[in-house]
Amino acid sequence: MANLTFKDFKSDQEVRWCPGCGDHAVLAALQRALPKVSEALDYDKERYVVISGIGCSSRLPYYMDTYGFHSIHGRATAISTGVKVANPDLTVWQACGDGDALAIGGNHFIHAIRRNIDINIILFNNQIYGLTKGQYSPTSKLGAITKTSPYGTVEQPFNPGSLVLGAKGTFFARSLDVEIALNQEIMLQAALHDGTSVMEMLTNCVIFNDGAHKGLSDPAVRADRTIVLRHGEKMIFGKERNKGLILEGMGLKVVTIGENGVTEDDILVHDAHSENMNVHMMLAEMKGPEFPVALGVIRDVKAMTYDDGVRDQVKDVTAKSRIHCVDDLLRSGSTWTVE
Amino acid sequence: MQHKVIDTNDVVIRFAGDSGDGMQLTGSLFADMSAIYGNGLSTFPDYPAEIRAPHGTVSGVSGFQVHIGSDKVNTPGDYCDMLVAMNPAALKANAKWCKPTAMVLVDEDAFDEAGMTKAGFKTENPFEELHIEDRTLIIAPITTLTIESLKESGLDQKAILKCKNMFTLGMACFIYSRPLEYIYQYLEKKFSKKHPEVIAPNKKVLNDGFNYAANIQAIPNTYTVEPSPKQKGTYRNITGNQATAWGLLAASEKSGLPLFCGSYPITPATGILEELAIHKNLGAKTVQAEDEIAGVCTAIGAAFAGNLAVTTTSGPGLSLKSEALGLAVMTELPLVVVDVQRAGPSTGIPTKTEQTDLNQALYGRNGECPMAIVAAHSPAHCFDAAFQAAKIALEHMTPVMLLSEGFLGNGSEPWLIPSMADYPAINPPFATEIPEDGKFKPFQRDPETLVRKWAVPGQKGFEHRVGGLEKNHNGVLSSDPANHELMCAEREEKIQRIANFIPELEVNGAKSGKLLVVGWGGTYGHILSAVDEVRKEGVEVSFAHFDFVKPLPKNTTEVFSAFDKILVCELNSGQFAAYLRNIYPDMNFLQCNKVQGQPFLVQEIVESIKKSL
Repeated sequence: MANLTFKDFKSDQEVRWCPGCGDHAVLAALQRALPKVSEALDYDKERYVVISGIGCSSRLPYYMDTYGFHSIHGRATAISTGVKVANPDLTVWQACGDGDALAIGGNHFIHAIRRNIDINIILFNNQIYGLTKGQYSPTSKLGAITKTSPYGTVEQPFNPGSLVLGAKGTFFARSLDVEIALNQEIMLQAALHDGTSVMEMLTNCVIFNDGAHKGLSDPAVRADRTIVLRHGEKMIFGKERNKGLILEGMGLKVVTIGENGVTEDDILVHDAHSENMNVHMMLAEMKGPEFPVALGVIRDVKAMTYDDGVRDQVKDVTAKSRIHCVDDLLRSGSTWTVE
Repeated sequence: MQHKVIDTNDVVIRFAGDSGDGMQLTGSLFADMSAIYGNGLSTFPDYPAEIRAPHGTVSGVSGFQVHIGSDKVNTPGDYCDMLVAMNPAALKANAKWCKPTAMVLVDEDAFDEAGMTKAGFKTENPFEELHIEDRTLIIAPITTLTIESLKESGLDQKAILKCKNMFTLGMACFIYSRPLEYIYQYLEKKFSKKHPEVIAPNKKVLNDGFNYAANIQAIPNTYTVEPSPKQKGTYRNITGNQATAWGLLAASEKSGLPLFCGSYPITPATGILEELAIHKNLGAKTVQAEDEIAGVCTAIGAAFAGNLAVTTTSGPGLSLKSEALGLAVMTELPLVVVDVQRAGPSTGIPTKTEQTDLNQALYGRNGECPMAIVAAHSPAHCFDAAFQAAKIALEHMTPVMLLSEGFLGNGSEPWLIPSMADYPAINPPFATEIPEDGKFKPFQRDPETLVRKWAVPGQKGFEHRVGGLEKNHNGVLSSDPANHELMCAEREEKIQRIANFIPELEVNGAKSGKLLVVGWGGTYGHILSAVDEVRKEGVEVSFAHFDFVKPLPKNTTEVFSAFDKILVCELNSGQFAAYLRNIYPDMNFLQCNKVQGQPFLVQEIVESIKKSL
């Protein structure tokens, strides 16, 4: 196995995203994560296929020196499904935006998750349509003022995490574009997960929605307004590392260690592998000002994958069948012979 | 009364009843049995879109027409020699299809006041009201006789009534001298595992029907249709949808590539997906996608990954797939798109046949977006057409549209089973050599065919990107005006050069003359019969049928030039004729069209030919 580095995954194409666009950081994280994936899983470079739909972030395959497919708006998930079922030995990575995956491609998105097809979906969520220059998306906040909502939107946004878990997703992670180290960690976890891995990347669109995630990503507030979840670790956050999450009644609660008799022992330990998704759903739906926004791998559970199911069924039926070739097939069932 | 046994070489029987009466099964069994007996055969299911339309109404009538002959028969027949009508509505809906000499068999029990009212009869005599009182009427209390036959069978009333069709089939078997053994075998095979208790009752009621027909005095004549000697070999009966699926499996075997089918259920194409789903034993992978778009997109993904990729659909589904088909054209990936056409526009008449998607196949995508089009001409021919479509797709790196029709997909005919040894190998243009600069250039073309090379993910050193954006030959994005024009021209020319690899157009009859009759797709049998018929009257006419619509066979110009007039027959308002006029503006094209959701009647084409001379 050749030792791959991020340079092996960089294509010779000029990256054409706007300066300051959050997509640059996600691309950098991916190019750095894939060598680690290769090391962990013994994957050669030619096994990687990067697929996208249409949108700013969907330009990503051109910047990766792998097999790549820049498809049509909303359909990346369906193309990925076909690639993976056709050849389960390939490792499929998908780049798609919030409009691409959750509006025009919403149907394919939920069904891929339901089937648990083994693909890795990086969902670039900048809460705006960038390529068409600034219309609201299905993740834009209620009341967002955009070119097609000059008086504010009157529709509720999707929380991608709730949508993934609602479709019985087996892997969901969330992060900020600027968290390059955490993002590599998440991408490696996604690669190790068998099934549909959705990684929501909160990205900044400098032109049409600048600062949409500033309330989380600003270094001055990030530690207090986000919590990085890791399996088996206490749910502790805050600049002083003194805040934590506990279960109280039917829900989660933020507490301060050392106040009101709360000790570190009281803080919940994150169990990403728990089949029960109720806590995962609460974690995915946390938002300020009451709660920190959850980053990291929120859910990562084992389940049968669709591509394995298809492959195993073909093997199983082939082994049992008396029909081994088309000549056998043509002569099967009712036939008659003219001598 | 002593009945006469008449030997004939041609009989058309139409079974009609309520959509829950089992007429499709009755007709299919009669057909399969006749096929095995050695008769020539053509079938035509004619059923409503509703699974169980309102009971007893004309809209809920389901029909199945079987044409059997001593020799090969070309069509399911225009008019029938026997009509079986299980209720008044079935009689009303189908009386118009009776020949003047037809026999009409009805279930007397269904002709009560309620049944007559539901069917909309205004008088007490349905036969007079429909002007068929002079036909040979066989009025049998089929329901009562079925109940009587099975009263000790242990079946409940509902199950007993379901056996009416078997009683009727037994009667039909007597009238047309069909042996019952085949149906016995069918019943045993079908029910031995799950419902062995129904085998004996079904056999009994079938037999009782047969004997009843033999005993009553109402049947003046019975008939034999003896098979004439045929080409030696093993035969089977096959429907178009089954043959399509099998042809694709054959292409998978000959290319060595796994078959991938991404589809969404839609009438009348679903049978292909169902058939492929059975054949995981030959490595077929089927994805029943979440929608039509996902069907074609999963197939495009599978093509990119190196499978023989297929998506199957009917007109409305094809509309949904249009954008993705543009992507397949742009990325120059091999893909077979099967469109089993039905009556449109929109939902149209889902269970009725038409050829109205030709324009959509030719032009229904944004931009200059050419793809090859192959058309099947009979149920069994769907096998070769599907094989050809896959071969063209894989060897010329293009999506190929295979046009079938509801009439072909659900229709059936006997088929002399071929040997796969007689089919050619399929050799896709796989990329094998990395250029000196180490970079695979996906859109460099073979100078002869203009076909690009196919590098499949997993292949070391051939990493490259494809997509919907215009690119240059090196695979680099390009919005250069001259490059775009060149690439558009090359994509079209690549399709045109497929003409060098497909069979030439054959002319049935003289190679030159006053009139050439032309068709494409499922009208083949009807046109052939019509041409035969006018020739019997001494009229000289030639016939050429197109299995390849785009590109046209390369001798088409030569063939057309030798005739004064060309009559284009098709089940639309003139789409192929318009396509031909566009290519041959100076030739004299006439049209014979029908847009009724029904196949042609041979007579309609005969009249059109006579008018055209």
